[in-house]
Amino acid sequence: MTETAPAMPERPIDRSHMTVSKTDVAIEVIDMHKWFGDFHVLRDINLKVMRGERIVIAGPSGSGKSTLIRCINRLEEHQQGHIVVNGTELTSDLKRIDEVRREVGMVFQHFNLFPHLTILQNLTLAPIWVRGIPKAKAEETAMMYLERVKIPEQASKYPGQLSGGQQQRVAIARSLCMNPKVMLFDEPTSALDPEMIKEVLDVMVSLAEEGMTMICVTHEMGFARQVANRVIFMDQGQIIEQNEPEPFFSNPQHERTKLFLSQILH
Amino acid sequence: MTDTAFVRREMEPTLPPPVRTTGIGAWLKANLFSTPGNALLTLVAAAFVAMIVPPLYNFLIADAVWSDPEGLRGEACRFEGVGACWIFIQARLNFFIYGFYPTEEIWRLNLMFLIGIVLIAPLLIPRAPFKRTAALLFFVVYPFVAFMLLAGGVFGLRPVRSGEWGGLTLTLIISLIGIIVSMPLGILLALGRQSKLPAIRSFCIAFIELWRAVPLITVLFMASVMFPLFMPQGVSTDTLMRAIIGICLFESAYMAEVVRGGLQAMPRGQYEAAGALGLSKPKTMGLIILPQALKHVIPGIVNTFIALFKDTSLVSIIGLFELLNTVRAAGSDPAWSSPTHAVTGYIFAGFLFWAFCFAMSRYSIYMEERLHTGHKR
Ligand SMILES: Nc1ncnc2c1ncn2[C@@H]1O[C@H](COP(=O)(O)OP(=O)(O)OP(=O)(O)O)[C@@H](O)[C@H]1O
Ligand SMILES: [Mg+2]
Repeated sequence: MTETAPAMPERPIDRSHMTVSKTDVAIEVIDMHKWFGDFHVLRDINLKVMRGERIVIAGPSGSGKSTLIRCINRLEEHQQGHIVVNGTELTSDLKRIDEVRREVGMVFQHFNLFPHLTILQNLTLAPIWVRGIPKAKAEETAMMYLERVKIPEQASKYPGQLSGGQQQRVAIARSLCMNPKVMLFDEPTSALDPEMIKEVLDVMVSLAEEGMTMICVTHEMGFARQVANRVIFMDQGQIIEQNEPEPFFSNPQHERTKLFLSQILH
Repeated sequence: MTDTAFVRREMEPTLPPPVRTTGIGAWLKANLFSTPGNALLTLVAAAFVAMIVPPLYNFLIADAVWSDPEGLRGEACRFEGVGACWIFIQARLNFFIYGFYPTEEIWRLNLMFLIGIVLIAPLLIPRAPFKRTAALLFFVVYPFVAFMLLAGGVFGLRPVRSGEWGGLTLTLIISLIGIIVSMPLGILLALGRQSKLPAIRSFCIAFIELWRAVPLITVLFMASVMFPLFMPQGVSTDTLMRAIIGICLFESAYMAEVVRGGLQAMPRGQYEAAGALGLSKPKTMGLIILPQALKHVIPGIVNTFIALFKDTSLVSIIGLFELLNTVRAAGSDPAWSSPTHAVTGYIFAGFLFWAFCFAMSRYSIYMEERLHTGHKR
């Protein structure tokens, strides 16, 4: 793990919009279990995310972090318990899955842009084909988001012609074009060089400042300290510890957490 | 200051690249004689060319018979050391291209070709205007128009039985229908083979494995001889139509496997990204997966098309007169009997086949380059 502090923005962050709702639940996971074949990958997960909350999930490799957030938009199927997203419970009902996915954006470790489409087409595809927004309007929105992630000049290029950091910012913009209520990030910076990590984290911080509900699997502890309301530590498919960032980092309780933090921070 | 420390004071200017060594000598050295091994290969190749070119030139051009002012036909080519008998091609060209189609009705075929070319051109040329209209006309309206012109019997057009269709026209008809039908059918079969529904999956697997395992000749024989036995009394279908159906099903099984190869190369991340954006399964397939998968297998697809185009010559064994069969039939005409007219006919047919296949191959390479969108990751 690299030292993360220098990757963070120097400016103080604006917390005025970062209010967390007390009553409006964005995501609720109740007594959830998941198996891959015989392998019990997630055990007894309980998690409640309020609207506007920013959650960072950390944990060793193979602890089930990706699997957990992939269950939230049903890229993986859970076998026991309940997952309710924006008031819709996830079942095998395809209609509900589509409903949830429309409102939940996801950013992947390896970007997963569509290589046969230009950047602009990558951004407008889902608004046009899923939401039925007219092409001109969708392109206008797309350009707005490209400007937000600071690469409007790349609109007519193909993903293969962009750097990793630029691709990941396009991937974030692509999700934002669907105007999601919740954003999921699965190690968005871990395939990037240090210089590119900062440009992606900057975008994520600005999203947080606007009050987006976010769940981020990341090992960028500087980011966690700065924007998270809660840090969740997972090991062996279970939530081991969760707390606000300050006490989580300065005073971890569980032995496993202490060990993990001592390895990751130095 | 130690020796290892270094700080740049001025930036190095950018320079033009070094001048390339030019001139024939340098080119020869670089391209033909760069190593002793390459020099040897160059010499061997040159010797081979020197050996093969003069006899070819003599046969095809110098000793060939180019004109027949006295109308001697075969006799004009009947002499010692004769080369290609081009007058045979000249005299029978109409037969090779239009088969037994009545001469006074040939304008209908020409009109059919003309409309086809006008409609297909915008589909093949990138960024041509009216693509959508042309596609609609070509795939929906044109088949009916073409059939009307070919078969007649409506609008006062004289009926022409399919038995009278032939030559290059028939070759093109069979292969074009084969290509246009086997492509979508192949895609459907490939998707079906990956389906989660066992009934659909087993049907597709059975279909593909059955058709792929049978030689095309057998398929054609079955279509022409056995198929009528299973039909109810009085229902008779056309031999040509049965052959075309057989070829379409046969080729779609091949196409399905080519397409499946492309589908398997697609990374899971593409499905996941599309799903996470809320795209339904069919839209994910149509907008994300298939465009990429098909692009990856363009060489395989065109390979199948080329094989199909050449395989059409097999319909001659069930009595249809496609290009190769017309050449053979014309060759057995006693009026033309001569040492080389038959060979000349086959050279001509071979050249036509080659020209069409080569065009397809070049076009596919052009499309591949056009669809290439940056580095693979
Ligand atoms: N499709 C699958 N089939 C079977 N096992 C799987 C599958 N996906 C993940 N696993 C296993 O489930 C466990 C949790 O995987 P997961 O990807 O959620 O871990 P992670 O915490 O995200 O790890 P990392 O930090 O390496 O990304 C791992 O042991 C992994 O091998
Ligand atoms: Mg992971």
